[in-house]
Amino acid sequence: MALLEVRDLRVEIPTRRGLLTILDGVSFEIAQGEVLGLVGESGAGKSISGLAIIGLLEPPARIAGGTVTLDGRRIDNLQREEMRKIRGARIGTIFQDPLTSLNPLYTIGRQLVETIQTHTHLTNRQAEARAADLLKQVGIPAAESRLNAYPHEFSGGMRQRVVISLALCAEPVLVIADEPTTALDVSIQAQIIALLKRLCREHRTAVLLITHDMGVIAETADRVAVMYAGRIAEIGPVGAVVNRPKHPYSAGLMGSIPTVERRLDKLPQIKGAMPRPGAVPHGCAFAPRCGYSRDLCRAERPELYATEETRSACFQYDKRWEKAHA
Amino acid sequence: MAARTALGRLFGRVRQSDLLWSFRSSKTTMVAGVVVGVMFLASFLAPWIAPQDPYDPASLSLSDAMKPPVFSDRGFWLCPGGYELREGACAEEAKGSWQFPLGTDDQGRDLLSTILYGTRLSLVVGFASIALAMVLGIGLGLLSGYAGGALDAFLMRVADVQLTIPAILIALTLDGIVRGIVSTQRHEEIALFVIVFSIGLSLWVQFARTVRGSVMVERTKDYVAAARIIGVSSGGIMLRHILPNTLGPVFVISTINLAVAIITEATLSFLGVGLPPTQPSLGTLIRVGNDYLFSGEWWITVMPGIALAVLILGVNLLGDWLRDALNPKLR
Amino acid sequence: MIGFILRRMIQAVVVLLVVAFVSFVLFNYVGDPINGMVGQDTSIADREKLREELGLKDPITTRFIRFVGDAAQGEFGLSYRTTEHVGRMIFVRMPATLELSFVAAVFALVFGIAMGVYTGLYPRHWFSRLLQAISLIGISLPTFLIGILLILFFAVTLRWLPSFGRGDTVDLGGWTTGFLTLTGLRALILPSITLGLFQLTLIMRIVRSEMLEVMRTDYIKFARARGLSNRAVHFGHALKNTLVPVITVTGLQLGAIIAFAIVTETVFSWPGMGQLFVQSVFFADIPVMSAYLLLIAFLFVLINLIVDLLYYAVDPRLRSAQSAMRVR
Repeated sequence: MALLEVRDLRVEIPTRRGLLTILDGVSFEIAQGEVLGLVGESGAGKSISGLAIIGLLEPPARIAGGTVTLDGRRIDNLQREEMRKIRGARIGTIFQDPLTSLNPLYTIGRQLVETIQTHTHLTNRQAEARAADLLKQVGIPAAESRLNAYPHEFSGGMRQRVVISLALCAEPVLVIADEPTTALDVSIQAQIIALLKRLCREHRTAVLLITHDMGVIAETADRVAVMYAGRIAEIGPVGAVVNRPKHPYSAGLMGSIPTVERRLDKLPQIKGAMPRPGAVPHGCAFAPRCGYSRDLCRAERPELYATEETRSACFQYDKRWEKAHA
Repeated sequence: MAARTALGRLFGRVRQSDLLWSFRSSKTTMVAGVVVGVMFLASFLAPWIAPQDPYDPASLSLSDAMKPPVFSDRGFWLCPGGYELREGACAEEAKGSWQFPLGTDDQGRDLLSTILYGTRLSLVVGFASIALAMVLGIGLGLLSGYAGGALDAFLMRVADVQLTIPAILIALTLDGIVRGIVSTQRHEEIALFVIVFSIGLSLWVQFARTVRGSVMVERTKDYVAAARIIGVSSGGIMLRHILPNTLGPVFVISTINLAVAIITEATLSFLGVGLPPTQPSLGTLIRVGNDYLFSGEWWITVMPGIALAVLILGVNLLGDWLRDALNPKLR
Repeated sequence: MIGFILRRMIQAVVVLLVVAFVSFVLFNYVGDPINGMVGQDTSIADREKLREELGLKDPITTRFIRFVGDAAQGEFGLSYRTTEHVGRMIFVRMPATLELSFVAAVFALVFGIAMGVYTGLYPRHWFSRLLQAISLIGISLPTFLIGILLILFFAVTLRWLPSFGRGDTVDLGGWTTGFLTLTGLRALILPSITLGLFQLTLIMRIVRSEMLEVMRTDYIKFARARGLSNRAVHFGHALKNTLVPVITVTGLQLGAIIAFAIVTETVFSWPGMGQLFVQSVFFADIPVMSAYLLLIAFLFVLINLIVDLLYYAVDPRLRSAQSAMRVR
């Protein structure tokens, strides 16, 4: 059974212009210890998916349908206090900007001890020892003395390590990492990703890795889900999706990544732009930009159909495809 | 013709704009807007619609003095002549009438009329002092921001020092200085100008600071350099190019400070150093009425008090709404 | 750290000197300093002689230095109106004003912060909206109007509390206090509420808006994501971060309270410095005016200095060596 199961998740925001659907029936699952990448352009709904899972959607955004199940138990409809107990203890979170993620007025030791003591019954001294140990694990030198340091006294990469230690300190079974390396120097990014990989492997923690950086996904993920306009376009093992994409959008994405192996004069682009919430066309969201679209694509919304290795939300893999006209 | 279509387009834009939407979506703001609008209009038209000219001694008669408001025979403590817990109707001569709906003061002046004229003065002083503060502040802000260097440093130091002192203290001091220089009689004649001057001078700093900040941001931009290359004079650049860009925040500050100006004037008048009883604003009326509070003629001070409170409340609500509607951060 | 303190102190002294200069100019050039000392028919020659004797003909710098020196010792000459010693007049009334301001400030701070935190944390609750409506009224009503209404209700109609004066006071070696008598305490209630109400609503609004901003930050989101309890998030993280910028504002408010005491003292016939100042404006009693201004400026500057030091102690970012160079 999957550790985390998201089924038909819908997130809506009522605005003065009407009801906007940010997530429109998103489904995926993560197995124990597995790394699932969630990729897509800005605005596709990746971060919202993460926030919805841990119940931190900012009002007036709200979950309007679907279910989120952790270890067989539904977590999308819990009382606030119940959900709070899950956060940190069973699902850890890492956000994009480590500078703004840490409270500038408290030492990192204090923030660590506070989190540890929220989820365990350790004494002050025990919690401090554990905090120092965690800092060592994430590779911060002179851990004990650094407990008394303030966030602004660290460099960006070190800060993100601290954030990782905070996310992992209560031994969660799942970590949601929302763009963990985007705000960091390129040279540091690889280190942080390697650290995350190693720690999660060691503790057998599953990871939902949200990012727009395909390189990171290719390196780190076991499976990957491609999001488009609040929906899943394709989901499958990372090798399959990256090298043999079965959805026209995934193909376009993968095709636009520069590699050493190909010589190109111009970077291929997908024509047009992703529709904003509220402006999503009827039927398949990608149809207006797709070179293969047929009348079926404009009439109905595709489900996730099985292909050889992956599942793709493209009618090409539906049995009705032959009968459809261009 | 072109003007009419332009106006029509502007009207259309206002109708569809977010501003109007948020105005109509908030009931309190609409009420505030209506109330302030009515007061505005009524006080403006005071000479025509006031039932009596309270400053024409010929139209007064002492027999009308100390009449309570029209609703005064209901309730236990609204009867004049002491605040006993008296049930039921007040004595016949203590009843109010529609001739003087809000009552009269010790000289027989109709309170509704005095309040109309008083509101007018309060508003006039409020707007005039804000206008003065704006002109002064914008001028100095532009100068300071554009010229930079020692002038800027000096002006900002002055501004800093002045900001630490509350407006009322500054206004009081200025008034005191004028009183020291000018005779009492003359002072009464020019009281209006002195008040506007004092309050305006106490409020220019915020305008200057904001404008200066905007100027310093704008002056590094390319369009300014371009204008200079073409040969536009410094003054021209400041006025025609930079100024329009700084007007947004200036407008916001005006709305905040309008209420401050009105309150400051009312307070100064109440303290006795503002507008004199011959030309009373709402604050002066309240002060004059205060003497009768203990003897039971509470309406002489409370009626203008309510008028003042409603006016300021309305202005504040409108200002709040305007700021929220124009604030891009809250969209 | 020492550098920071030193710099602030130098700034404070500069501000004081500027105000002292304004005060000095007021004193010497508005109206005539010797007016109160001579009769109508003193000859011009005699007046000149008097001026010479009083050192009024000396160069400006000498006179200014003398002025500052005298001021530092509380020596401001004689009042135009009562020919009393100005320094003495003010000093006698100082305890009344300071006690009133203190109680008003405490009232405004305690309730203002509490209400601000509540309306910031639960902005949609009906109680929050009620508090906000009340705060709007608090900001709209001029202080004197609040005073009058309170008097009308509590003193005249209900007769629960006195409407003027300080009640009985106890003399503690020069400082008369109203804290030690029942009537003194009762007399403090209405004036301090009146004085503090405006500041209370101001503080409440500022705390609320700061709170709302802080609740939107990433570190609050992250604290929530770590499963910290509501109490830890609200009071541990949000409140502390909210209060740091609020300190500056409330500090300035304290200074404003002392100045606004002018109005309250007039409404309640409270025998303080503020009432004295209003009378001196009315009679153009310049020495009293300039002395009061200088004293107020001094108090302001002192309060600002303390606030700055507090700010420095609370925000660790200001303490690191790098931020010594940073402009706030």
